[in-house]
This record gives sequence, structure tokens and C-alpha cells, in this order.
Amino acid sequence: MANRPYNEMYLSSGAARLHYLRYAEWLANQPAERLAQKRAEADAVFHRVGITFAVYGQEEGAERLIPFDIVPRVLPWEEWLRLETGLKQRVRALNAFIHDIYHDQQILKAGVIPAEQVLCNSQYRPEMQGVDVPGGIYAHIAGIDIIRDDAGEFRVLEDNLRVPSGVSYMLENRKMMMRLFPELFSTYRIAPVDHYPDVLLDNLRSVAPTGVADPTVVLLTAGAHNSAYFEHAFLAQQMGIELVEGQDLFVRDEAVFMRTTQGPQRVDVIYRRIDDDFLDPLVFRPDSMLGVPGLLTAYRAGRITIANAIGTGVADDKSIYPFVPDMIRFYLGQAPIIGNVHTWMLRRAEDKEYVLAHLSELVVKEVHGAGGYGMLIGPAATKSEIEMFRRQIIATPERYIAQPTLALSTCPTFADQGLAPRHIDLRPFVLSGRDVSIVPGGLTRVALREGSLVVNSSQGGGTKDTWVLEN
Amino acid sequence: MLSRTADHLYWMSRYIERAESLARLVDAHYRMSLLPHSAATLEKSLHATMTALLMEDAYRERYSTIEPRAVFEFVSLDRDYSGSIFSCLRAARENARAVRGSLTSELWVTLNSTWLDARSMAARRTPGADIGQFVEWVKERSHLTRGVTIGTMLRDEAFHFTRIGTFLERADSTARILTAHQGDLVPGADAGVVPDPYEWSVLLRALSAFEVYRRVYRDVITPTKVAQMLILRDDMPRSLLRCCKEVYQNLRSVANEHSAETERRAGEMHAMLHFTRMEDIAAGGLPHFLEAFLGRVRDLGDRIASDFLVPPAEA
Repeated sequence: MANRPYNEMYLSSGAARLHYLRYAEWLANQPAERLAQKRAEADAVFHRVGITFAVYGQEEGAERLIPFDIVPRVLPWEEWLRLETGLKQRVRALNAFIHDIYHDQQILKAGVIPAEQVLCNSQYRPEMQGVDVPGGIYAHIAGIDIIRDDAGEFRVLEDNLRVPSGVSYMLENRKMMMRLFPELFSTYRIAPVDHYPDVLLDNLRSVAPTGVADPTVVLLTAGAHNSAYFEHAFLAQQMGIELVEGQDLFVRDEAVFMRTTQGPQRVDVIYRRIDDDFLDPLVFRPDSMLGVPGLLTAYRAGRITIANAIGTGVADDKSIYPFVPDMIRFYLGQAPIIGNVHTWMLRRAEDKEYVLAHLSELVVKEVHGAGGYGMLIGPAATKSEIEMFRRQIIATPERYIAQPTLALSTCPTFADQGLAPRHIDLRPFVLSGRDVSIVPGGLTRVALREGSLVVNSSQGGGTKDTWVLEN
Repeated sequence: MLSRTADHLYWMSRYIERAESLARLVDAHYRMSLLPHSAATLEKSLHATMTALLMEDAYRERYSTIEPRAVFEFVSLDRDYSGSIFSCLRAARENARAVRGSLTSELWVTLNSTWLDARSMAARRTPGADIGQFVEWVKERSHLTRGVTIGTMLRDEAFHFTRIGTFLERADSTARILTAHQGDLVPGADAGVVPDPYEWSVLLRALSAFEVYRRVYRDVITPTKVAQMLILRDDMPRSLLRCCKEVYQNLRSVANEHSAETERRAGEMHAMLHFTRMEDIAAGGLPHFLEAFLGRVRDLGDRIASDFLVPPAEA
């Protein structure tokens, strides 16, 4: 990591950036005991309200808090506007790409992306070929991971187009900050976020199968033991829709019904929070107990909308990621507003050669990995870890990409010894339906361990409230 | 509403009610254990109660003799016994968590806090410490849960299934407590024989009926009047008649196309209790009456499950 990371709050002179000025002043005036007490209060409330995530592989009922940090991440309005425009552009192009891939495949014919990289991708779903989905929208909910590099530039690190999670923390973090520090909300004009469930529901209703006047929308969860169960229950409640499990649904005459106390009731839109693989045991994994037998038949017949659509994974795969800027140019005829992080594709001989020679400086990722697993961070890795990756790369180069070790920007964060800079990223949630829209901000994730670049909650990451300041 | 949701709500409230019933029993016996009187009476009552609640086998696996302290610990805080108060609170919370989106936030937070507090109380507790405090707290939490339910929930199906769970469980519990004391309730025991006043107080206190009895009858405690009050009085919140009335009324509000027979049976139970006289019950024998009643409660529970909660695979 050659350069100093960009500090979100302070300039190199030590003065606060303009948009953090009043906050920094306020912070300096807070007695340490008050802040400590507020942090304890936040923990207690999160426990009481049950804002927890289940931990895999531990005893039943093991639930943990995602650590919440009370120092907000603040974005000035101009920066947000640029981000917002760039994110909308990107998601439009991604939706156009998925539609194209499952129809005419013009982008492959034009040679912009090598066909085998799409068609041989395990996330490509041949079952979706020729299937029309309402509005041509596939990724109704997209979580785009954004980082800020050492030059202060925003870049997209990853697109999440399958079942992105975390939005409930965005909403709960805001509620918590308003509870803990109401005075800050009267000094700053902070763009509200709590209309997210309304916008989401409106979008989901707008993509119901044609001819359905008053669609019934449900949220499909894997159940109370899923790590994101809190979010599923929270969103269903906020939208006032049923939270269903696979066992609650069945398909008859190519239509989907839920089992209610008053008999079967027709379902029109499924906001699903389980992966493609588990959706329909007749088509995908036959051992899945989470899905609904026959769902794909109903889907292909256009009798049910599934959000996100089946087969979106082909567009958020790390092997496709390097081509997103090309997609923007190809489908929209525009220059990308937010750039990618430079990426070496190890399937290319010259890229592979470079990466193998620089393993100790780079981050290597498995193309299908997620959640911070299957990843090598060169500068932090031991010799034997590097050698292990080297062998794997030589054996199956197409399974890997590499990126420079980024100096993710930092934000002051409470650590054991007091405030200290910690690396952060940002996941805004882009909604597509009637239109493309984004609730200002998103979820800021923070790597709580000193020097760590991994912000995932499964790997010791925490979260912060994200403020977009209105002018 | 989803059948599965109704099922969780129904069991959530059954488990909370069960925790309260157990807490009342422990509380009553615990108070009795503090009085200077025959240990034999206390043990007899504990034994009869555990038998009626079908807890005896599980208890015997852990302890060789019926010893009041051990029974209190077992019923209240045994983590491994699925019938303990501790386990009921956990089960209520797990059911609530599965449908937290269908509960009001207040109700969810109440149930979740109850469980979190129970867990930390159990962890912090030194063996042999005051169990009375714990069961007193459980009763308060149950009161609070019921109050939050009534005070915050929309009067829709979710509410009715919650109430059905509460009252079916309460009917079952009252009938079992009566079963445990049926020997003393035999009419004719009036005739001169004064039963152990301590045992009466256990029975009545366990059902919040001690003060009510005085108020209603302004008389000495007699077996016939006690049975009358706990079985046939419509205004007594824990009586069999009252519970059946609530079950019937809530069931009518959620009726569906399969549930006519279930509704009829619930109505029949209610009418039977409404029009029966104590003399009729005495003529057939109280034990027989209670046994038949418990059978009908079980039948009703099964029917509710198959009509509403877990409908047969393909609807």
C-alpha cells in the first residue's frame, strides 16, 4: 500500500474537512463518559430489539450484534449527486446486459465480452433464455460496493445483484443515531432514508405480472436460522407483506399460492432472499428444502415475478466485473461516471504473469467467492499462504482475478484505545422498477481491526450511519 | 394470514401462558413451604401436581425423592427439561422470533427481553437462592405480555389466534390443577370434614382465586363452592367456562370453510359448561368429568391445528 489512505474526516493538515467541521467541533466537546454511555446504550437497544445476525455453525439461537460505531460517515451533497448519477447509470447498464444475455446476446456478437466467459459461467442460467420479465428488469435491488481510493476517487469494488443484504442496518443505524444524538440532527440537514421500504414496495408492485391490478407481494426467506433473518422479518414488517418460507408456498396450474388460514391465496410477486440454487428443487438443487417445487414453471409462464430475477449472478460475477465499463459504453453510449478498480484477469496470460510476479503486493480473489472468503491480501499474507495461492492460480487461473491492494479511505472509529482511523466502504442500494432510484447514502461498513481492509460482518466488520448532507 | 404464522402465534401464547401457570404453582407451593406445617401435606400436593402435569417421569430421571427445593428448581429453571418455565420462555421467544414481523414491535421486544433477562437471571443465579423472586417475575412478565398484546395488536386474525392459544392453554392448566386436588373437591367432603386449609390456599392462590372466593361467597371455603367457582363461573377469568367461552368466541372470528365442526365442538363445550349444574358433575364424579374435559381440550387443539395451522399438504 504505497500511499496514505484518504481520511474522510480530516485533511492532512489535521483540520476537519468542511462537511465534517461542525461534527468535529461537537465531538471534541463531548465528555468521554457521555460517549461511552451512548455506546453502551446502543448495544443494549440492539440486543433488546433483536437486531442480530445468526452465526453459522454455532449452537441454536446463537445470535450476535454487528458492531455499530457512533461516528457517522458524512458525504457532502455534491459528492453524493455524482455517486447517485454514476450508480444509476451502472445499474441501468447491468440490467440491459442481463436482458441482452438472455435474449439476443448482442454484446457477445459484437465481441465486447468473450462469449465463453458468459455462457460457460456457472451463474449463467440457460433456463432463462428467451424468458421475458416485466419491464425487462432483472436486478430490482442492487447493492453496489463503493470504495474511495487514496486519490479521493470513488470506485466500484463489486456489484451485488443476487440477494444483497444490509439495508436494514442502514435504517436501524439511522434510527439509533437519532435516538442517541438528536442534537446533531438539528444542526445538520441530513437526508432521510426511512422511506426505503415504501420505495421498495412500490417498485415490487410495479413489476407484477401484467394484468394484476392489486398485486400480492411476499418476501421469501430461508427461515429464522438464516444469518440475515432479522433483515427479512424487518423488511416484510415495514412493507406490511407476508414473510413466507418455501413450505408456505405451492404451485398449482402454473400459479403460485400461499397457504393461509383462509385457504390458498394467490401470490404475484416474490421478493426472494434465497439464492437461485435453492428456489425450485425440480430445476436447481433437488435437495433444497427452502424452495418451491414448480416455481420456475410458473415463472417462465409469466404468472409470477421473482425479484431479483433468476440468473442475475451472471452479471455480478468477478470475472464479468471488469467488463461493466464496456457495458455502459455499449448499451448506453455513455462514458462511465464511476470507474472500476483496476483488475487483472488471470485467464489472460500476460495478466497472470504480472500477478504471479507481484503476489505479495496484490489482492487476489476467487471469481465466485463472496463475503470476504477465498481471498488473498498479499501485503498481509504469510509466505505459505502466498505459495498456496500461487499453486492454485497456476492450476486454474480462470478462477481468479487480482487487484491492487487499495488504500480504502478511513474514518475515525471507536477502538479500545479511543478514536482511531479505520478503513471503510459504502454499499448504496439501487432500486429499479418504475424508475431507478436510490435512498441517499447506504450502508457504511468499517473494518474494526487496525489496518484490516476486510469490512464484511462475517469477518469482524462493523457498520456506521451514513449521512448525506442536503444543501 | 399464513397458516405457519398463525401456528407460531398460537404456540407463542400457549408457552407464555404455560410459563405463568407453572410459575403460579411454584409460587403457591413455595409460600406453603415457608409455613410451619406438615411437610407431608406439601409433598403430597407437589406429587399430585406433578402427576397431573405429566412431569413426574422427567423429574424422577433426575431426582430420587420429591423434595420441595429440588422440585422448584426443576420446574423453574431446568434448561434441559422442555417443560420447565425456562424452556417455555425460550419456546415462546423462538415462536415469536419466527413471526416477529407479524407482531407489534412492543410485543416482540417484550418477549425478547423476557427471554434475555431469564437467561441472564438463570446464569447469575446461585443454587438454592430465592426461587420466589423468579416466579414472581415470570408472572409479571406474563401479565405484561398479555397487556401489550391487548394494548397494541390489531384485532385481526393474528390477535384471535394468539388469544385462542392463551385460553386453550389456560383451560388445560386449570383442569389439571383441579385434577391434582380432586380428592379434596369431592362434594360431601363438606360434611363436617375441614380439609387442610393450607392446601386450599395453594389451590386458590395458584389460580388467583383466593381473594375472589372471599369476595364472591363471603363464606368459609367449601369444596363444592371451590369447584363451582373454578369450573362454572363465567366471571372467573381462569374458570373452565370462561376459558371455553373465549376460545369459542375467538374461533368464530377466524372461521374458514373447513372449521365448522371445530367451531361446533367448541360451542358445545361452552354450552355444556354454561348449562351444567354442580350436582350433575358430582353425580358423574369429578375425576371422570375432568378427564373427559381434558380429552376435549386435546381434541380441540388437534382440530385447530389441522383446520388452520398446518393444513394438509396440497390445499
